[in-house]
Amino acid sequence: MNRIHTLFNTKKERVLSIYFTAGFPALEDTMPIMEAAQAGGADIIEIGVPYSDPVADGPTIQDSNMIALENGISLKKIFAQLEGFRAKIHIPVVMMGYLNPIMQYGMEAFCQKCKEVGVDGLILPDLPMQQFQDDYKELFAQYGLVNTFLISPQTSEKRIREIDENTSGFIYMVSSHSITGAKAGISDEQIAYFERVKAMNLKNPRLIGFGISDAETFSKASEYSNGAIIGSAFIKTVKDSKNLNKDIQNYIQSVVN
Amino acid sequence: MIQVDEKGFYGKFGGAYIPEMLHPNVEELKENYEAILASKEFQDEFRGLLKDYVGRPTPLYFASRLSEKYGAKIYLKREDLCHTGAHKVNNTIGQIILAKKLGKKRIIAETGAGQHGVATATVCALMGMECTVYMGEIDIARQRPNVERMKILGATVVPATSGSKTLKDATNEAMRAWINNPVDTHYIIGSVVGPHPYPEMVARFQSVISEEIKWQLREKEGRENPDIVIACVGGGSNAAGAFYHYYNTPEVRLVAAEAAGLGVLSGKSAATTALGTPGILHGSKTILMQTEDGQVVEPHSISAGLDYPGIGPVHAHLFDVGRGEFVAVEDKDAMVAGIELSKLEGIIPAIESAHALHALNMIEFAKDDVIVVNLSGRGDKDLETYIKWGQY
Repeated sequence: MNRIHTLFNTKKERVLSIYFTAGFPALEDTMPIMEAAQAGGADIIEIGVPYSDPVADGPTIQDSNMIALENGISLKKIFAQLEGFRAKIHIPVVMMGYLNPIMQYGMEAFCQKCKEVGVDGLILPDLPMQQFQDDYKELFAQYGLVNTFLISPQTSEKRIREIDENTSGFIYMVSSHSITGAKAGISDEQIAYFERVKAMNLKNPRLIGFGISDAETFSKASEYSNGAIIGSAFIKTVKDSKNLNKDIQNYIQSVVN
Repeated sequence: MIQVDEKGFYGKFGGAYIPEMLHPNVEELKENYEAILASKEFQDEFRGLLKDYVGRPTPLYFASRLSEKYGAKIYLKREDLCHTGAHKVNNTIGQIILAKKLGKKRIIAETGAGQHGVATATVCALMGMECTVYMGEIDIARQRPNVERMKILGATVVPATSGSKTLKDATNEAMRAWINNPVDTHYIIGSVVGPHPYPEMVARFQSVISEEIKWQLREKEGRENPDIVIACVGGGSNAAGAFYHYYNTPEVRLVAAEAAGLGVLSGKSAATTALGTPGILHGSKTILMQTEDGQVVEPHSISAGLDYPGIGPVHAHLFDVGRGEFVAVEDKDAMVAGIELSKLEGIIPAIESAHALHALNMIEFAKDDVIVVNLSGRGDKDLETYIKWGQY
C-alpha cells in the first residue's frame, strides 16, 4: 500500500507535512534535512524541485529556488541524492514541483524514477486537473504515485467534488487567496472556508497549507482538517541554521508539541 | 486550420497550465469573453474607441522609396501611429472594456520596456480604474521615461525583484498579484501568451490589424491578400494581429522576425524558435529558451519588446507546422534597418519593428510581390538606443 494511504489510515489528526527546497541552503542538504525532519516528528516530507519561475510561491520559497539553482541542483541531482533513501526514511515522501523541469526530464522517466527510489506522491501546482485526466492519470497510477491537487477559498464546491473524485492521497487546502509565505495568523473568513470544506465530508483527507508557521497556526488549522503543511517558515528555519539537525528537530517539535 | 481548439490548444501548444488558485479567474474569463466580445454593446464601444481614441484605422502606406530599394511593392501598416505609439493599445482597450463588463475594479499588468504598461495605464486613466503595473527592477532602471509616463497617467509601478528582474519576472509577479486578488482584479496580459483564453483573446483584439490590411489593400491593389506579411515576434501580439485573417490563406506567406540579439549562437539572443524547445511558461505550452534541466534562460535583445524567452503558443504552432517562416535578426541589422527606414521614408521605427524591416533582406520574393510589413511601433521610445548606436 502507498505510504500516504497507510499514514492517513492510522493517523487522522494533526498530520504535519514539511516542505523544503532541494539543494537549499547547500546542494547536499537534501538527505540531512529529510532525516532531521523525520526525527523531529514530521509525518510527510515534500521535496521541492526548484524552478526558475515559481509563480505560486512568495519571496521566501522563490529565493530558496534561486539559491538552490545557483548551487547546481537539478532533477537528476535530486534523484541521485535520493538513491537508497528508503534505508533511512520510512515516512511518506512527495515530490512538489512545477511541470517544466519535469517535462524536460520526461514525465514517464520521472514517474519511473520516483517509484524506483521510493517516492509516494506528487504535487504539481501548475498541472491542471483536466490535463491530469487527459494525459497523466493512468501513468501516475501505473507507477503507484498519488497526485495531490490544491484548492483555494475560490474553488467552487463542484470543482472540489471533482478534485476529490480524481485524487486519492490528500487534498491540499490553500488557506487564503495567496501565494506561499503569506502572513501568519488565521482569520474568521478563513475559518468559515475551512468549516465549509470540512462539512463537505470529502473522501480524501485534507491538509491546510500557506500561512502555517508555528504551534498556534498548526493547531488551529488541525482543528478543521487532518493537519497542515509548513513550507516558507521551515525554509526560514533552515536558511538561518548553523546546525541543521538540531534546529530542524527543535522547530518541528515546537510546532507539534 | 490554424485555430484554437476548445481546450485552448493550437496543435500541440497552448492550454492553461495554471495553479488551481488561478483557475476561477481564468475560468470566469473563458466562460464569458466570447459572449461579451460578440455583443453589440461591446463591439460598439470597442470600435468607437479604436476610431476616436486610438486613431484607427491606421494607414496602410505604400513605401515607394523602400519599395524601389528592395524591388517589391512594400506597404507599411502604420501601427506606430496608434495613440501611445504602438499596437499595444488595441489590446488594452479591448481588455479594459471586458474587465468593466465583468465587474472588475482593479487592473494589473506586466511590462518589459514599458509600452504595454503605458498602454494599460492609459486605458485605466480613460476608464477611471485603479492600475498597478509590475516591471522588472532592471527594466525600471533602463526605461525611466516610460516609468514616469505610467506614473503621470496615475498608475502604480511595482518593481519585480525576483529572478532576473526583467519581463518574465514581471509576468510572474503579476500572476502572483492576481492569485492574491482573485475577485475584484483583472489581469491585462500584453501579448499572445499566458493561459488560455489569453492568447486567443489578445490575438482577437489585435486582429483589427489584418482586418484593416484586407480592405485597405483591396482599395489600393484591388486584392485582399498580399504575397507576404512580415512582423516581429517577441511574445508575438502584433504578429498575431497582422497574421490573424491570413492564418488560413496559405497563399499569403507569414514571416516572423525574431530577435537574434548578438547572434543566434552568441549566448545573447532571444531567437526562441531557433534556440528553444517545447516547454511550459506563464501558463501555456510553447517553445521556450531553457536549459536541458528545464530552467528558463534569460534572453537578450537590443529591443526590450522582443526580450522574452518564449513565444505565444499560436506562433509555436505556426512554426511547428511550417505555416510561418521564422527569421532571426541580429541587433546590428535591426539598427541599420531602422536607420534606413528613417532616411528613406521619414519614419523612425521602434527597434522591435526594425527587426521586421530587416527581414526583407533575409527572405526571397519576386519583383512585383506585394509585401506588408507591420510597423508595430514608433521609435521615440528608442531614441536613446539610436543615439548610443550612433551610426546615422
